[in-house]
Amino acid sequence: MTARPAAIVLAVAGALLLAALLFPIYWMVVASLMPESRLFESRSLLPTAVTFEHYRALFDERDFLVPIRNSLIVSGLTTIVAVPVAALCAYSLARLRMRGKSLLLAFVLAVSMFPQISIVPPLYLILRELRLLNTYPGLVLPYLTFSMPLAIWLLTGFFRQLPRDLEEAAMLDGATRMRTLRDVVLPLAAPGVASTAILTFLYCWNEFLFALSFTLGPDRYTVPVAIMLFRGRYQVPWGEVLAATVLATIPVALLVLACQRRIVAGLTVGATKG
Amino acid sequence: MAAITLTGLSKTYPNGHVAVRPLDLRIEDGEFLVMVGPSGCGKSTLLRLIAGLETPTGGRIVVGDVDVTAHPPQRRDLAMVFQSYALYPHMSVRENLAYGLKVRRTDAATIARQIGSVAEALDIEELLDRRPAQLSGGQRQRVALGRAIVRKANAFLLDEPLSNLDPSLRAQARAELRRLHRLLGTTVVYVTHDQEEAMTLSGRIAVMRDGALEQVAPPLEIYATPANTFVARFIGAPPMNLLPAAVAGIDAPAGAVAGIRPHDVRVGTEGARRATVDLVEPRGPDCVLHLHLDGSNTPLLAVVSSAAPPAIGAVVFVTLPPDRLHVFDQRDGSRLGAHT
Amino acid sequence: MNHRAAPVERAETRLAWLLVAPALAVILLVSLVPIVVTAWEALHLHDLRLPWLGRPFIGAGNFVEAASDPRFGAALFHTVAFALISVPLELMLGLALAVMMHSVVQGRAFIRVSALLPWAIPTVVAALLWRFMFESQTGILASSFQTFGLVGPAFDWFVDPIAAWVPIIAADVWKTTPFVAILLLAGLQTIDPALGDAARIDGASPATGFLTITLPLLTPALVVAGAFRMLDALRLFDLAYVMTGGGPGTATEPLSLYAFIALMQRLRFGYGSALSVIVFLLTFAFALVWVRALGRSLSGARS
Repeated sequence: MTARPAAIVLAVAGALLLAALLFPIYWMVVASLMPESRLFESRSLLPTAVTFEHYRALFDERDFLVPIRNSLIVSGLTTIVAVPVAALCAYSLARLRMRGKSLLLAFVLAVSMFPQISIVPPLYLILRELRLLNTYPGLVLPYLTFSMPLAIWLLTGFFRQLPRDLEEAAMLDGATRMRTLRDVVLPLAAPGVASTAILTFLYCWNEFLFALSFTLGPDRYTVPVAIMLFRGRYQVPWGEVLAATVLATIPVALLVLACQRRIVAGLTVGATKG
Repeated sequence: MAAITLTGLSKTYPNGHVAVRPLDLRIEDGEFLVMVGPSGCGKSTLLRLIAGLETPTGGRIVVGDVDVTAHPPQRRDLAMVFQSYALYPHMSVRENLAYGLKVRRTDAATIARQIGSVAEALDIEELLDRRPAQLSGGQRQRVALGRAIVRKANAFLLDEPLSNLDPSLRAQARAELRRLHRLLGTTVVYVTHDQEEAMTLSGRIAVMRDGALEQVAPPLEIYATPANTFVARFIGAPPMNLLPAAVAGIDAPAGAVAGIRPHDVRVGTEGARRATVDLVEPRGPDCVLHLHLDGSNTPLLAVVSSAAPPAIGAVVFVTLPPDRLHVFDQRDGSRLGAHT
Repeated sequence: MNHRAAPVERAETRLAWLLVAPALAVILLVSLVPIVVTAWEALHLHDLRLPWLGRPFIGAGNFVEAASDPRFGAALFHTVAFALISVPLELMLGLALAVMMHSVVQGRAFIRVSALLPWAIPTVVAALLWRFMFESQTGILASSFQTFGLVGPAFDWFVDPIAAWVPIIAADVWKTTPFVAILLLAGLQTIDPALGDAARIDGASPATGFLTITLPLLTPALVVAGAFRMLDALRLFDLAYVMTGGGPGTATEPLSLYAFIALMQRLRFGYGSALSVIVFLLTFAFALVWVRALGRSLSGARS
């Protein structure tokens, strides 16, 4: 069938939307490679001069490896802690009989709706008491406030999607619930667990407020905080800021490229079930 | 192998829906019992209650001489074949077969031996290292059977195991099941909604409606002496004709209902009543005639041979032989006996 | 309940609670305790810069102060206005993007990656990026607007109290439209294609078919996407803090940022906690209203 007017309009609109989505990222990369002097003068959309001076400055003068390392460790640790604990809880919510299940889910949801800012002061005081300010555990604990509900929500959705009769067959075969979880449910839910882990990691990587509030010095800043604090007193060093944003984006971009199916599966696990 | 005894077993869901009314049923050791009924009659729920996948609201389940009512499915030593076969997709056929034995800590040598003999009996030896996704529907069904057989459980529970097969494969699968049953002598509880399947497979049929047992008897007995109008019309195709006893011309309590199977209605050029042909359904070896009796417009189904069937609109004569009539009570449909 | 079968159900419930316990413990410890402390603080006068005042209980005092605090009123207005502008925008653009993704056969992976990148990028990065593009008169977008005559020659977006919202809204829409698109795409994919075919056979144009068949069936997904976005929009913080710091002055200061300033900069823990509680009540109230509307729309869609 030949293209009808509606299809053409759709295609054009779609192309424009895509361009709008991608252009800022393209521009970010291009601008980060422009020499400082040209940053605000260049009128062309294509790079006229390429330089790596900003990137070099990041590592020589600002030791950008440290925030990257911090982000990796904190996001990784949070994911490693949150996902297994959430998986146990999610299996229970998805499959086992217990009273007050919907109340529990509602409670978990309500807790995650609380604005982050409001728990900063008490958390600050608690962390200070426990001498955990400016440490890795001192960020992992607050990060659990949003990563646990997120992981529970996602994993419950994934477990619910599995066909029940596989678990029933295992039970008739003689497997206990825990054994069924290990032998049948988890292997089959592996893609869903992966999606959950990826999304949890992403949310931790991108988190700003807690990292800002609970770290005290450059040795523990995460990437978002480090970039934010590049601001000089008089001028924003845009070249370096852009280079830093590009570096902050690369791991995210790689993750998206490698796991886009898993990410979409995670985002939509609740949606399709309604 | 064991007998299964259900006493006063019932299941009511929290939302008030009564899935199974209190019923008693004894399935003998080695018997092949088929539970049949329309959707929603409770037959699958009953099967799941026996399996332990649902907990009853009342009553007892005894397998062999053990009261398993309080036992989870793991401890009832029953094997089940699901409608979807429920084969573990991430395990090979061999691992699927071995799972139940492995969980029971059977030693590797015994497992291998038992898998071998079952695979041979079901002709699935070449499939042992494949994954379920690589098998055809018929092959999957055999593996599901194999998984149940290899465990040497007390009894087998089968939940519509043939309904996902192509119709052309079903007859063959039915024959296979009967052969296996004769060979293994296992107690089998089989659920289906297909009344023809129930008739050909079973030792006894349990007809269910709305959570209650309507009749439990061997197939031919159910066919010949249905306990009420529901059973009479559910078993046997085309369904039994039901008409007011007066129209059927018999002497019966006021308002009784008479029944006659379409196969028993005599159609010809002479007979007791006139009837007009509304529709002719050729079925190959025979034809189903949709008639209505002149004078009372009572509809009637009759089965005649395909040689020279009457045309639509033709007038024929029908006879309802009195010894083929069943009489039912008008109020609850229960059988009042055959007219003699 | 059948007393004979009860042990099975009890054992399962026991296991259920056992599995839930670790997660529940973490959430209680790390979320609930701080929330309770915040709520409690909101009822007290607690200014860290005035320690000699102690920490007296003042009941609803902080809330009363907020009610007559012009800065609070402004922040509230900013927050709600921002949500009411950006969320419908995101829903519409997300719908357009979803429809496009749905009808494309080739290059689905490329489109998915392109859509996911803005969403996956840290908010800080997005804020700085869009700031850069609107910066003074020379950011690429700032200068483009000038070239097309939409703004005057010396126009500085971040100095104008209303214009400063444009980059913020743009960044938010840019970042979250893909998220909405993906949710809506999932909804689109559950709609039976036979319905569209039936509409076409009945003579409906593509636009009519979309409006009368697709859109109503998509309502549940739209409601879910809208709810998530609203909840997040009402809690706006990162974008405002990084891009404008709430400026010029307090022109782009949402509620969460005002609470942050009260807490962390002015060290008024009592008042700041009260502001936080208000933000929570706002999102909670909205969630309730939305869930009611959701329930009604879903039962409508089913019939």
